[in-house]
Amino acid sequence: MTVPDLATWFGREVLPLEAVLTQFLSRNWRNESDIVDLRQEVYVRICEMAQKEFPHPVRPLLFSIARNLLIDRIRKTNVVPIEAVADLDALGIAIEPLTPDRTVAAREEIRRLQDAMDRLPPRCREVVTLARLEGLSGKEIAARMNISEATASYHLNHGVRLLANMLYGEPTDHRRQK
Amino acid sequence: MTAQYDSMPVTDGEAQAIEAAAAEWFGRRHFWNWTQDEEAALDAWLNQSLAHKVAYWRLAAAWQRTDRLKAIPHAVAQRSSPVVERRSPRLLRLGLVAAALIVMATSVGTYLSFGDNTKLYSTGIGESRTINLADGSRVELNTDTVLETDLTPYARNITLEKGEAYFQVRHDASHPFVVKVAGHRITDLGTKFTIRRDGDRIQVVLVEGKARLETAPSDGIARAATLSPGEIANAAPGTLSIRKPAPAKISNILAWRSGVLVFDDKTLGQAAAEFNRYNRIKLVIDDPSVARTQVAGKFPTDGVDRFADVVRHVFGLRVRTERDTMVITR
Repeated sequence: MTVPDLATWFGREVLPLEAVLTQFLSRNWRNESDIVDLRQEVYVRICEMAQKEFPHPVRPLLFSIARNLLIDRIRKTNVVPIEAVADLDALGIAIEPLTPDRTVAAREEIRRLQDAMDRLPPRCREVVTLARLEGLSGKEIAARMNISEATASYHLNHGVRLLANMLYGEPTDHRRQK
Repeated sequence: MTAQYDSMPVTDGEAQAIEAAAAEWFGRRHFWNWTQDEEAALDAWLNQSLAHKVAYWRLAAAWQRTDRLKAIPHAVAQRSSPVVERRSPRLLRLGLVAAALIVMATSVGTYLSFGDNTKLYSTGIGESRTINLADGSRVELNTDTVLETDLTPYARNITLEKGEAYFQVRHDASHPFVVKVAGHRITDLGTKFTIRRDGDRIQVVLVEGKARLETAPSDGIARAATLSPGEIANAAPGTLSIRKPAPAKISNILAWRSGVLVFDDKTLGQAAAEFNRYNRIKLVIDDPSVARTQVAGKFPTDGVDRFADVVRHVFGLRVRTERDTMVITR
């Protein structure tokens, strides 16, 4: 077995936890606009550790990093009362996994991907579909859709970001599972 | 039917900026002509920080995942069903307001007889005052407080301009009782509560019933919660925290209504700030180590002299009186 590189490890072990992590951060941090920054900081910290040695298991470490980060931030801010630290301890249980089985069934995965594509804004979805399913380049998409290359580029970049948010940032919707 | 998804978090924090840059790199590399020079530039950017790498890997992994859709080429195209236009929250809210106005227009009655639309009430430093409003609600004003009431046929609008007030609201669902303070809104759902304002921050203590608190927005994000009895909410623009302390804590916070200040776990500095709200003679503590001393006790709101005695005798500190100030030092 070969040692995975950091990017592969990150994609395989850390990103699947993004929804739970985001939920944990949102529950324990009142200011929604800080969440993306906090999440990134957690990722950076765990990758710093992984550069030396890949941690195993990942989940408990990820959440203890998140917890310590929140406590650091609470100490630095005046807005959140000290009581929040106690709340954080009480809410430590929130790190229970949302998806108990790690291997999501292939069908469920396809459904989720389709759902994500469907929810893109119409123009953006058209552009992304041409790139993903027909393998067109940005230039070809611009010509096909009769839009400027800048517009095509905007939709592509925007689309990739939206897809990442939907695929990693959101919890799996159990209600729709059969 | 699925709603369209186009929401990026509203603020452009550092992580957002990095993510946008990563998307730019990723897009250029995958969808446009890519040269070796550009590859080198991308490597340089990635090596600048782990945060850059993480953001790039995340997007690359998401794109890689969608690769599976190629196995079912027509699925996506077929599913491109009519798109549900998502109404903006603002439009939605306007719609609700319009609907509410129509409902109310049919029930205009008793409240027309008030005739006392906007009224201003205030207290000076050290004063307190109880107001009986025309709708049967009562408001107790604490020291140094300004409150405006506007009782219209449609709603009861109160503005706490500054200070602190205790509300006993006569509940009437068809005429909402709304307190605005520093951009935050508290809507009564049948309630006794107190609101204290400090700049753009407020503290709401809910004693009885229910009330809904909506904070002022910050960067387009507001928080809201429905408060239950015994809960204390602290709000600043875009931030809201709620806790439920021991009941004794609540009665300590409300002790001003009987002219008393109760300090349980306060520092000398915080206690001095409290006294200064009620008294023209101001306590001054310049030494931070003195200000951090813990105090506990119960004093009349105008009991600065008594407080000074305690500070002198219990803590062994010096108190120097200079015209309108009392300076506490080691």
